[in-house]
Amino acid sequence: MSTVMTPEPSTETAFVTAGPRGRRRRDKSVDPIPWWLTVIGVAVAVYFILPTVFVIPMSFGSTSSFQFPPREWSLDLYVNFFTNPKWIGSLGNSLLVAVMASALATTVGTAAALGLHNLTGRLSRFLRTLLMVSIVTPAIVLAVAVYISFLQWHLVGSIWGYVLAHAAIGVPFVLVSVTSALGGFDPQLLRASASLGASPLRTFLRVTLPLIGRGVLTGAIFAFVTSLDEVVIALFLRAPAFQTLPVQMYNAVTVEVDPTIAAASSIVVVSVTLILLIPLLVRRTKRR
Amino acid sequence: MTTIETQASPAETTTPRGTQIDLRDVTKDYGLATPAVDRVSLTIQPGEFMTLLGPSGSGKTTTLNLIAGFETLTSGTISLNGVDVGRLPAHKRDLGMLFQNYALFPHLTVAQNVAYPLRERRIPKDEIAKRVAEVLELVQLPGRDDHYPRQLSGGQQQRVALARAIVFDPKALLLDEPLGALDRNLRAALQSEIRRIHREVGSTFVFVTHDQEEAMNLSDRIALFNSGRIEQVGTPEELYRSPETLFTARFLGDSNVFELGGGATGDSVGWDGETWKTPRSTVASHPGVASSAAVVVRPEDVGIVAAGGKVPAGRNSARAVVTDVEYMGSYRTAMLALGAAEVRGRARIDAFDDSVAIGDQVIAHWQPERQRVVAA
Amino acid sequence: MTITTPRRRPNPNWLLLVPALGLLGTILLVPLVQSFLRSISSPAWGIGNYVALFTDGVTLTVLGRTATTALMVTLIAFLLGYPYAYFMTRVGDRSRAILLVVVLIPFWTSVMARNFAWITILQRGGPVHSVLEFFGLGHIQLVGSQIGVTIAMSQVLLPFMVLPLFSALSGIDRKLLLAARGLGSSPLRAFWKIYWPLSRGGVAAGIILVFTLSLGFYVTPALLGSPQQSLIAQLLAQRTTQLLDFAGAGALGMLVLVVTLVLVAWANRIGGSISAIGVVATSGSKGR
Repeated sequence: MSTVMTPEPSTETAFVTAGPRGRRRRDKSVDPIPWWLTVIGVAVAVYFILPTVFVIPMSFGSTSSFQFPPREWSLDLYVNFFTNPKWIGSLGNSLLVAVMASALATTVGTAAALGLHNLTGRLSRFLRTLLMVSIVTPAIVLAVAVYISFLQWHLVGSIWGYVLAHAAIGVPFVLVSVTSALGGFDPQLLRASASLGASPLRTFLRVTLPLIGRGVLTGAIFAFVTSLDEVVIALFLRAPAFQTLPVQMYNAVTVEVDPTIAAASSIVVVSVTLILLIPLLVRRTKRR
Repeated sequence: MTTIETQASPAETTTPRGTQIDLRDVTKDYGLATPAVDRVSLTIQPGEFMTLLGPSGSGKTTTLNLIAGFETLTSGTISLNGVDVGRLPAHKRDLGMLFQNYALFPHLTVAQNVAYPLRERRIPKDEIAKRVAEVLELVQLPGRDDHYPRQLSGGQQQRVALARAIVFDPKALLLDEPLGALDRNLRAALQSEIRRIHREVGSTFVFVTHDQEEAMNLSDRIALFNSGRIEQVGTPEELYRSPETLFTARFLGDSNVFELGGGATGDSVGWDGETWKTPRSTVASHPGVASSAAVVVRPEDVGIVAAGGKVPAGRNSARAVVTDVEYMGSYRTAMLALGAAEVRGRARIDAFDDSVAIGDQVIAHWQPERQRVVAA
Repeated sequence: MTITTPRRRPNPNWLLLVPALGLLGTILLVPLVQSFLRSISSPAWGIGNYVALFTDGVTLTVLGRTATTALMVTLIAFLLGYPYAYFMTRVGDRSRAILLVVVLIPFWTSVMARNFAWITILQRGGPVHSVLEFFGLGHIQLVGSQIGVTIAMSQVLLPFMVLPLFSALSGIDRKLLLAARGLGSSPLRAFWKIYWPLSRGGVAAGIILVFTLSLGFYVTPALLGSPQQSLIAQLLAQRTTQLLDFAGAGALGMLVLVVTLVLVAWANRIGGSISAIGVVATSGSKGR
């Protein structure tokens, strides 16, 4: 007797209701997760972290080869990493470049985010997209063009070349992060501050900056990590006198066959993970 | 178009504190078809509670923002105690402001929020602590100094905002529909709070609202806005009892409106075959009355008798059919269709009078002194 | 009504954009423009360089190979990413946060480390190869072949599939599926008729994004592939640093750039993927 109806979605939009994100109470009896989904999910999760986890055991091997599992266990690779001027020097270069590039990208990007936040219209939307485009442009295309132009401008091999290039590709991350923080910002607060006697500069320092501070910090961190990890442009801009860590790692695989790269990779993976957890932890503690 | 303004007596405090605010031909034009604020002139007396009342888009909020300095004048002058502040940026005008969504700084505690203007004025720390405590007492919100705004209810947040806006003794307090976000009971409670604080503090308050009941409740005087211009200024009673235009009559309270089509001259007018006396005292002084006028009568001044019954002497009257009877608790309202045109109107009848039924043919009547002839 | 005050000063917000536009303009835009100009002016004015791309016998082959690899990578990423993203929408908050971190950490940590790890995992004598040998497939070469490149690229690009997908899928109200089931649909039909159509936007965005990024990938093919089977990015590098054919490299770069931008613009229109990636990647967890 019962007629079985399968609902026909007339248009996609008709059925899209904003599902509750976050606080979901999954009713386990009505809507259980199928076992095969869990298996796939976990398997893919393993696939995600497998390589990054692999390097850590590798790093405790010996200096002789890339073999896995390592034939001998030792700390030689770490010792080499911290004493060999090629390695520790490139680490220092990378850190220096990353700090400077991040500072530049954060300053420039925060200003741009503030400006774009208050502007409307096609031109400002276009400019915003323009500033974000470097995220999806192929690094190789940028690297080649930048390399050739930097040759003419004598920036190849100089630290400034690295800083400027890395800052340029770090800006989109700062822009997204600060824009996100501005999204939750109540514009009336600025008027309130003015009515209470604070000049525009004081308002920026006492109201705007604290409220977007987290966004600025997050953006700065992402710009830092992006620079630290950047390979393609760095490969083109390198000179014997100045190389970054990723370039040295590249050499270790292709030219030198140096397993110290395992130690370097472990160190990088662990420290970047820790750095990235900072914003998450900050958010946790802010919640009273 | 001339704005009709009546002078009011000064505020109830013994010593008139507060600033006089003068608006002369204030205009704000956004380049659209009509200006948002169109040559508005108004004098707000020191210590007065002045409400800018009007429907959405009438220019009242824009006028407030112009006084505050959040918008720049297209033309005209705004003076505080005689000093032209048109070019002065908002943060130098020394005016407190209360916003509808409170605008409390979420990253600061209650005490820090209230102390904010004092810190901007470089007041020493112990003096700050003293004043913050005093003003929180005044708004009846002690003991929450270390709480953050999100931990407080709407009503509490608005009190904090109020404290913050008056702690630095501003020249005047501007309130932009501050009670709009609150529910009915809370709104009534905070209305008394605001009245009380106005009495105690004594400074000039400029209050913006679209709620006419709220305006009549709180104000010394009301400036009624219509499409960027001031329709009429006066005490609540003046606006309610003696409206000059149909807009004013309709905006404040309910009215029975009889449009005359033409002007009202002489001491009587005709409507639907009836002749009504129009004593001079009930005719508005607005010049528009001569060309296009309407007669308005408040429901509470209208009585009804059954058709064919006896209308008390000297009254103006009109035929009507009862279309509905509403029970309001302390009284009843008879909804009427008046005259051949079946103009909608109401009459207030006694709560216990159940003689009136839907469909009854009646005669609505009122004393000529209670009606008002306004420009339409 | 005439306006009586003089025209106001220009909006100072535009000033805030100047540093960012200046930085990106000089460092990224100018080199690209120079590259373009070079490609149409050297050795002589005209589109000779572009024509040469299609006639030199190498470019087209490499493009074909690159496209094929990109398709494989996209397919694998989709088959793995969709269930994973779906899994993420089903689990509780804590688990979802963990799953998201699992996606994001590799996303942000060293590209070099990941590629190095894949080399050790897939190399001869390595764990995967040992398993293959066990099954008698020992002749298959992983490192130094397109298979290895595909496997590694899929893992590296998987986050770009998962993030837009998760963003789209978490907007779908699960109750719709339950309603369908309650009305008599089998789970499969309910998925096919309701869930899948609603997720199409995110799927399209993810697919186009991964495909586009695969096209321009450099490091992984360079490390895990062989020079005989190079992809377009390696060709571009070779033209620049070895052949010193700046003009030809410029033409090739422009080609890749245009294809990439067109595809990304299309993906953006469908699923807003640029912002989605940026926002989700930098904001950490979406479910609070």
